[in-house]
Amino acid sequence: MAQPFLKKDDDHDDEADYSPFLGIEKGAVLQEARVFNDHQLDPRRCSQVITKLLYLLNQGETFTKVEATEVFFAVTKLFQSRDLGLRRMVYVIIKELSPSADEVIIVTSSLMKDMTSKTDMYRANAIRVLCRITDGTLLTQIERYLKQAIVDKNPVVASAALVSGIHLLQTNPEIVKRWSNEVQEAVQSRAALVQFHALALLHQIRQNDRLAVNKLVSSLTKGSVRSPLAQCLLIRYTSQVIRESASNTQTGDRPFYDFLEGCLRHKAEMVIFEAARAITELNGVTSRELTPAITVLQLFLSSTKPVLRFAAVRTLNKVAMTHPIAVINCNIDMESLISDQNRSIATLAITTLLKTGNESSVDRLMKQITTFMSDIADEFKIVVIEAIRSLCLKFPLKHRSLMNFLSNILREEGGFEYKKAIVDSIVILIRDIPEAKESGLLHLCEFIEDCEFTYLSTQILHFLGIEGPKTSDPSKYIRYIYNRVHLENATVRAGAVSTLAKFGAMVDSLKPRIFVLLRRCLFDTDDEVRDRATLYLNTLGTDGAVVETGEDVKEFLFGSLDIPLVNLERSLKNYEPSEESFDINSVPKEVKIQPLAEKKAPGKKPTGLGGPPPGPPSTIDAYEKLLLSIPEFANFGKLFKSSAPVELTEAETEYAVNVVKHIFDGHVVFQYNCTNTIPEQLLENVTVIVDASEAEEFAEVASKPLRSLPYDSPGQTFVAFEKPEGVPAVGKFSNMLRFIVKEVDPSTGEAEDDGVEDEYQLEELEVVAADYMLKVGVSNFRNAWESMGPDCERVDEYGLGPRENLAEAVNAVINLLGMQPCEGTEVVPSNSRSHTCLLSGVYIGNVKVLVRLQFGIDGPKDVAMKLAVRSEDEAVSDVIHEIVASG
Amino acid sequence: MSGFCLSGNSCPAVKNILILDSEGKRVAVKYYSDEWPTNSAKLAFEKSLFGRTLKSNARTEAEITIFDSNIVIYKFVQDLHFFITGGDDENELLLATVLQGLFDAIALRLRNTIDKREALENLDVIFLCIDEVVDQGMILETDANAIAGKVAIQNMDASATLSEQTISQALASAREHLTKTLLK
Repeated sequence: MAQPFLKKDDDHDDEADYSPFLGIEKGAVLQEARVFNDHQLDPRRCSQVITKLLYLLNQGETFTKVEATEVFFAVTKLFQSRDLGLRRMVYVIIKELSPSADEVIIVTSSLMKDMTSKTDMYRANAIRVLCRITDGTLLTQIERYLKQAIVDKNPVVASAALVSGIHLLQTNPEIVKRWSNEVQEAVQSRAALVQFHALALLHQIRQNDRLAVNKLVSSLTKGSVRSPLAQCLLIRYTSQVIRESASNTQTGDRPFYDFLEGCLRHKAEMVIFEAARAITELNGVTSRELTPAITVLQLFLSSTKPVLRFAAVRTLNKVAMTHPIAVINCNIDMESLISDQNRSIATLAITTLLKTGNESSVDRLMKQITTFMSDIADEFKIVVIEAIRSLCLKFPLKHRSLMNFLSNILREEGGFEYKKAIVDSIVILIRDIPEAKESGLLHLCEFIEDCEFTYLSTQILHFLGIEGPKTSDPSKYIRYIYNRVHLENATVRAGAVSTLAKFGAMVDSLKPRIFVLLRRCLFDTDDEVRDRATLYLNTLGTDGAVVETGEDVKEFLFGSLDIPLVNLERSLKNYEPSEESFDINSVPKEVKIQPLAEKKAPGKKPTGLGGPPPGPPSTIDAYEKLLLSIPEFANFGKLFKSSAPVELTEAETEYAVNVVKHIFDGHVVFQYNCTNTIPEQLLENVTVIVDASEAEEFAEVASKPLRSLPYDSPGQTFVAFEKPEGVPAVGKFSNMLRFIVKEVDPSTGEAEDDGVEDEYQLEELEVVAADYMLKVGVSNFRNAWESMGPDCERVDEYGLGPRENLAEAVNAVINLLGMQPCEGTEVVPSNSRSHTCLLSGVYIGNVKVLVRLQFGIDGPKDVAMKLAVRSEDEAVSDVIHEIVASG
Repeated sequence: MSGFCLSGNSCPAVKNILILDSEGKRVAVKYYSDEWPTNSAKLAFEKSLFGRTLKSNARTEAEITIFDSNIVIYKFVQDLHFFITGGDDENELLLATVLQGLFDAIALRLRNTIDKREALENLDVIFLCIDEVVDQGMILETDANAIAGKVAIQNMDASATLSEQTISQALASAREHLTKTLLK
């Protein structure tokens, strides 16, 4: 096996970079693959060619369909050779080529022959290959051999069959389930891995049958499992059983706990750890149960193996969140891990210590961390900063030493993200701990004296402008702020001017002095700085006397802008100087998702420190706001319901469109969310032409086109329909996207002037009865049902016809009605023959509706249902029945 | 590649096995999870993982890190970097056992000279070892001797192959073996 591939490179010993695949080319290798067709096969050469093919695939090279088929057919010829090494490679390449169904037929007979061969290696590999590439139809033919293979005396063959069974269970469960007798036998195998694979398969076959899993676990925990891997599986299954049975036993003693504890004394570390982890994750674990697990994890902490230390400290870190007291014993070992070579371990140790530490140990801990901070990467420092922040909020009394720590590391070298994390933490502490405010602000002031990040400087200046004037002695911050006007770049200078103005507006006694400073700024070299100074001098009153600032001036300086900045920027750009002055009220308030390019637009001042950017509207409130901001829809009244987005295009098409249905009392608005996925195109004047001929009760009243739709920045267009008030009208709508398409030069990003009108067919959209129903749950269905009374009750029975099982029928009815299932009744236990499902909702017109569904299986597969509806209005109760009757 | 369906249940699963060289280039890789759908996604993962682990000393004992919400265990030898990736709630020791099994099996097959050149020259052995360790994400075998044994088919069934070799083929392979030993 160890021969070099290319003999000609005899002098390759001198070359450091020598590779047998140097200069390899797909075309040449495909040519070489012709040797597979030779009459006299050279197994060694064929193996080498296969290796080269595998190398190419492994490097990410792809074969075209034709190439792959050609290679595949050539490879099938190699079954003629009886060379074992070559056959082994043939198996691997077939799996890599993943042939199509019609190609598979070619190798099926060869593989089936190998499956029954006397050579174990053939049998094992042929099974794996065949199960990998086959579809269901072939499976029935080879099922007999697979069952034999599961109990084969060669463990490799048995494992191959079992592992294949695990994969096949996903696609052909009914066939694999028939093998459980053989699998059960294999669980008792003496071979370690066979036992592991058999157990995994057996559990997967039975995982929905709680009783069977319970039985499996209780028989195996008595001690017939040898393999550590199988033992790990058993521990997982055991904790599953414990989880599911916990609610049934109130006696206190947990079933199978003894087994888990026993596993802590297993000889394999893998098993010990699995058991310890399982114990720590038990629901409502007691400290008595926890202790032995913590003890073994503590031993792992001082292991020489990093993997072991990592596993232990990670688990303890999780335990510390819920049971900090239990972990305290490990603190000494944990502290020695602070200097661990592996920084993942060190960071986990620190954050665990910060969680378990009590008030008295904080100071000592901070000292240790200080020495450690200098030699870890920024990303780990951020994790530590976050842990310190939460520690400080937990022990507000310790704010002094923690704040000192933060300010010290703020002065040290560090990247932007790290510095930002520190600044954010200080800001949060200032907000939440009043005592920390003054010292925190001074730390920030000192920081901006020597800060290389413009963004952080402006953010801090903004924050100072809000918090500074409220302190006991605002004047002491002025020096720091005014220094910025002398020493910094224009952006920071402009920020400093605004902050000064805020001090002037808020603190009347400081006003005269602020005026002097602002006047000096009038001679700044930068336009923006001068403009701001002029603006503030004028709004605050030019005389500079100690007077109170007017409310509207304060509102102007500190009030939030209720217009999206992007829209304001665009409107300002479009404004042409004329007699008419710019009217801020003309700026649209419609929230448009910012395209990426515009986010980077310069000169835009962020609105708040770390404030989240305006995201796409997702909740009903956001939808309502969005719709109200469009004048055409403003008089539709209160929004009743917005549906989840329905895709109108297939994934990965040129234009992705989904629609949200907004239901009003007398109107329906379709919101089409469009995304243009072609970088070379700009769409303009995008509308959706809706044909409502199959929705007779609807009449189109308005449509709002989308002016432009650049690449990869979603936009919305709307179409509104009028419908009879309060009537749950249903119908089908066909949609056509119409737009003007303009070519975009990808290098400059600029669109051509002329566009072409084009259309794009979208899928149909339906308004169904469920759209008029809100999912609103009730906490106690029985009470609600009783208090509703039988006055408006309507009961009837329906036959639902043949169904796969009860669960499917239940789901179908729930989806049809669009109501909220109550008390977990939407879950149907497997194999049950009858089921009751409780639903609740609010129907359009704000009518509360409760539904009780009783299902039963009648005959072999026929499902019958009894539907009882109670509501505040008998007409609505009738409507529910109509929905079900017509559905 | 078939779907990755093991993550949903409690069965231990391997997401990928990577063997990279000292510059982060692929020697042999095998992905079992759809988490990295394209070759460029795979390359990006390899690149950033390689950069992240480059400075650590994973030569005597395997090292470990959390990377992109996955557990990655890695071990370096000479100019080769071995990685194994699993989900973030996977048993770390179990993954380490798989990596160690693969590593030792390759060491056995390459007679303890594991470096990039030897690995490339015996790439078929590497592919076969990976094939015997994990099958579509499911752990197949962790015992190094068993893996190495399955890959060393000639030894297992020597009589059968010898009888099928023609005399000239046998001579050729003997000659080649001799030149190789002389060159060393």
